[in-house]
Amino acid sequence: MDASIQQQLIADLLVESFEGLDRYDHELLQIESGTAGADSLNVIFRVIHTIKGTAGCLGLSHIQRVAHTGENLLDLLRSGGISASPEMISALLKLSDALRSMLRSLEASGSEGDADHSPLISLLDRLQEPLGAVEPIVPAPVASPASSVVQSQCAEPIPATSAPGADAGFGFFDDDLAPVQMPEPLFPAPVPTPAPFPEAAAPSAGSGAGAAAGSPAASVSAGAPPAENAGRSNAEDSAIRVDVAHLDRLMNLVGELVLARNQILQKAGVVQDPTLLSTAQRLNVITTELQEGVMKTRMQPIGNVWTRFPRIVRDVSAELGKKVRLYMEGRETELDRTIIEAIKDPLIHIVRNAIDHGIESPERRVAAGKPEEGALVLRAYHEGGQVIIEIADDGAGINAEKVRARALRDGRITPEQAARMPDREAFNLVFLPGLSTAEKITNVSGRGVGMDVVKTNIERIGGSIELLSELGSGTTLRIKIPLTLAIIPALIVTSGGERFAIPQVSLVELVRIDTAGEGRGIESLYGAPVYRLRERLLPLAMLDRELGIVPAEAATPGSETGSNLIVLQADGRQFGLVVDEINDTQEIVVKPLSKIFRSLTCYAGATIMGDGRVALILDVLGLAQRAAVLSDATAQAAAVDPNRAASVLANREKLLLIEAGGGSRLAIPLSSVDRLEEFERSRFEWSGGRQVIQYRGGILPLVPLNRLVPNLPEPEESSDNAQVVVHSSGGRSVGILVGHVSDIVEEEGSERSAGDGSGLLGSTVIQGRVVDLFDPTRLHLSAH
Amino acid sequence: MSETRQLCTFTLGDFFFGIDVLKVQEIIRHQEMTRVPLAPEAIRGLINLRGQIVTALDLRSRLGLPPRSASLPPTNVVIHTPDGPVSLLVDEIGDVVEVDAAGLTRAPDTVRGAARQVITGVFRLKERLLILLDTSKVVELPEPVPAP
Repeated sequence: MDASIQQQLIADLLVESFEGLDRYDHELLQIESGTAGADSLNVIFRVIHTIKGTAGCLGLSHIQRVAHTGENLLDLLRSGGISASPEMISALLKLSDALRSMLRSLEASGSEGDADHSPLISLLDRLQEPLGAVEPIVPAPVASPASSVVQSQCAEPIPATSAPGADAGFGFFDDDLAPVQMPEPLFPAPVPTPAPFPEAAAPSAGSGAGAAAGSPAASVSAGAPPAENAGRSNAEDSAIRVDVAHLDRLMNLVGELVLARNQILQKAGVVQDPTLLSTAQRLNVITTELQEGVMKTRMQPIGNVWTRFPRIVRDVSAELGKKVRLYMEGRETELDRTIIEAIKDPLIHIVRNAIDHGIESPERRVAAGKPEEGALVLRAYHEGGQVIIEIADDGAGINAEKVRARALRDGRITPEQAARMPDREAFNLVFLPGLSTAEKITNVSGRGVGMDVVKTNIERIGGSIELLSELGSGTTLRIKIPLTLAIIPALIVTSGGERFAIPQVSLVELVRIDTAGEGRGIESLYGAPVYRLRERLLPLAMLDRELGIVPAEAATPGSETGSNLIVLQADGRQFGLVVDEINDTQEIVVKPLSKIFRSLTCYAGATIMGDGRVALILDVLGLAQRAAVLSDATAQAAAVDPNRAASVLANREKLLLIEAGGGSRLAIPLSSVDRLEEFERSRFEWSGGRQVIQYRGGILPLVPLNRLVPNLPEPEESSDNAQVVVHSSGGRSVGILVGHVSDIVEEEGSERSAGDGSGLLGSTVIQGRVVDLFDPTRLHLSAH
Repeated sequence: MSETRQLCTFTLGDFFFGIDVLKVQEIIRHQEMTRVPLAPEAIRGLINLRGQIVTALDLRSRLGLPPRSASLPPTNVVIHTPDGPVSLLVDEIGDVVEVDAAGLTRAPDTVRGAARQVITGVFRLKERLLILLDTSKVVELPEPVPAP
């Protein structure tokens, strides 16, 4: 046989067998759980049978021998000679493992490998034995034997071409006769006369064994395909295998077509020619349909990946002595092929983790008042052009304290960070490389490698992952991934006269900042622009300034009369991007940039717009890193999750920390702070015995902090600028001259001591230091 | 007896340059360009070449010559590179000239820094000097990105 043909045949065998074995595991587990369909055993049998036949034909004797032993056992099962015991299911699962490992070795090295599978073979042999001698336990409820069954089976799905008699006539089809003639109704229903079937099977098995020697192999496997096809459903008959590279090329061409379409549509709108316009419309419709069609060819249901999970769950939970029931919802949810490939391994890792760390042992579950059997839910659904995959367990949940402690011990975070890190952020520490909270390392997981890799892999395909957990009641991992990578919806914006595309995946919301009215505009905290959005301080980046499109001085924060703010999410955190104009949303075709630009991480690529011009696609994470909106102290304090913030506000307060001089610290509730300003001291004026400053077209009285709080040292006037907390109430404003604003924190400490009525509410411990809590009513009084 | 080479010629200011004609994909008139903020100075932007995005490199800037006047729209010489096509912006395109390969002489040592690495040599033509550029060196921008 020609070497390249041999190569091709082996490649086909690999693809087919891996698929088949997944199906095999799936059906087998259904049999074990008692939910098997009528056809399950036939499916299983055919998978092994095909592998055996093809392997024999290609001279892969190890694979053939192992498959053959399994086939014998399956044949007995199928014919009802024996019924499936748990031991048998386990052995049959081991069979698929053995076959997989040999196939993998074949794939990697070209040989079947030299692993010794003889224990498995003897186990499979042993399991067949009892039946011949002992097993005819079954009564005979079915009066008419095989013939009538054959009739009914053939009548239904298979067209006349493969009447069993015709098949039988070819003699050498013996081996395949079985699948056609011994259909599903015989399992698990008992058989009238069990004896003939095992015997019938035996000779065919014998011929199969002979095939291993060499010559009859070709005829055996040559016979296999037609019988194989006859038994399959029509859906499989009408499907063909297509090289993914072809589909990728088609996808690229469609991308080009989409661009050309966009250009023609735009032109047609300008030219005003009715014929051109209607042709363009038609082109538009056809292109859209073609695009959808081609994308559909690359789509696969996520269930294709999930077929392996029942098996994984079974094995892992058995290994760990846990009881876990797997629920799968939305297995028909479709995803682009490349994405399916990319999430396969991360998903397996997550599932193993969930069973190992998440779900407790049966005893502990019972003790905690939960059902003995843990639940693991895989759920997939579409949401807003993305696919959401959730892996949820009802296990012990994650102890945020432990994670913090561990990260602290490893020096990943500082004590201050640990102290003020909300649980939700602490959970995400598990994605740090090398961090594991498992108390002991098991075979399954806990080595601390993995979750970071999971995260990296998900992010590489433009997805994101978050972890939600509640101690005692379970953990949910939520993965968001784009449907496809080549054509994405994007928001088109303009800044500094240039257009940019922002992938919609990163988009959270659009905000119009109107500083002309009463509303708060862009503020400056610590020199960094921030915007207060629903009780959150959102760190801001000015697109034009970050990209150096306009001189930095031209856009000082606060000086705009109105601007467009795009709230974006990167790395699980939010920040605001200020742009000149928000144009519209569009489907764009992502094109890579030349390598010359590889050092510019703020671009994800480029695309061609409807007018034929090129627009850059922003890389949201790269941009955020460039603008440092995710890493500095402002972001740390500000990027609190909105849901959490809402729930927390009731009993927790955000505080503005002030170094009041002389080593004392003061905290002002952020809710009573309207603005933080920095003024040059040279702008201070005196009016009516008070220090004032011209501010926003009015006069703002200024009060030193030590006027409100006795026993504070005089504020140092070392710098030319003074930091001022602006407070408004009842239409009046006052500026409090504070020493130095150091941070914004959430009050965590509960050991609040009582105040003495001297402008302080009391004291508390924040970040390991005693802080005086300022009484905000004093602010109110000073304003009037 | 001696080998000849065909060179695609163009001008940048008073200088007369040539590149191997086989390296040239096409020559197109000035195109609308999208600039790439933060990119190295020599990169003028991106152009849409029939659906393909091509990076445009200003040869004047690359060779350390003074910028061309705004009234003079540059011409794109699109060349093949291993990293896809790149467009070189030149002042004016000239003829394809045939030169004697043996007539190539080393560039004089007085040629200044930026240009030095990208000049293969010089041909003495009857009326002027023709400077031969190494296209693969031209598109290799020095790293790190030079500050303007």
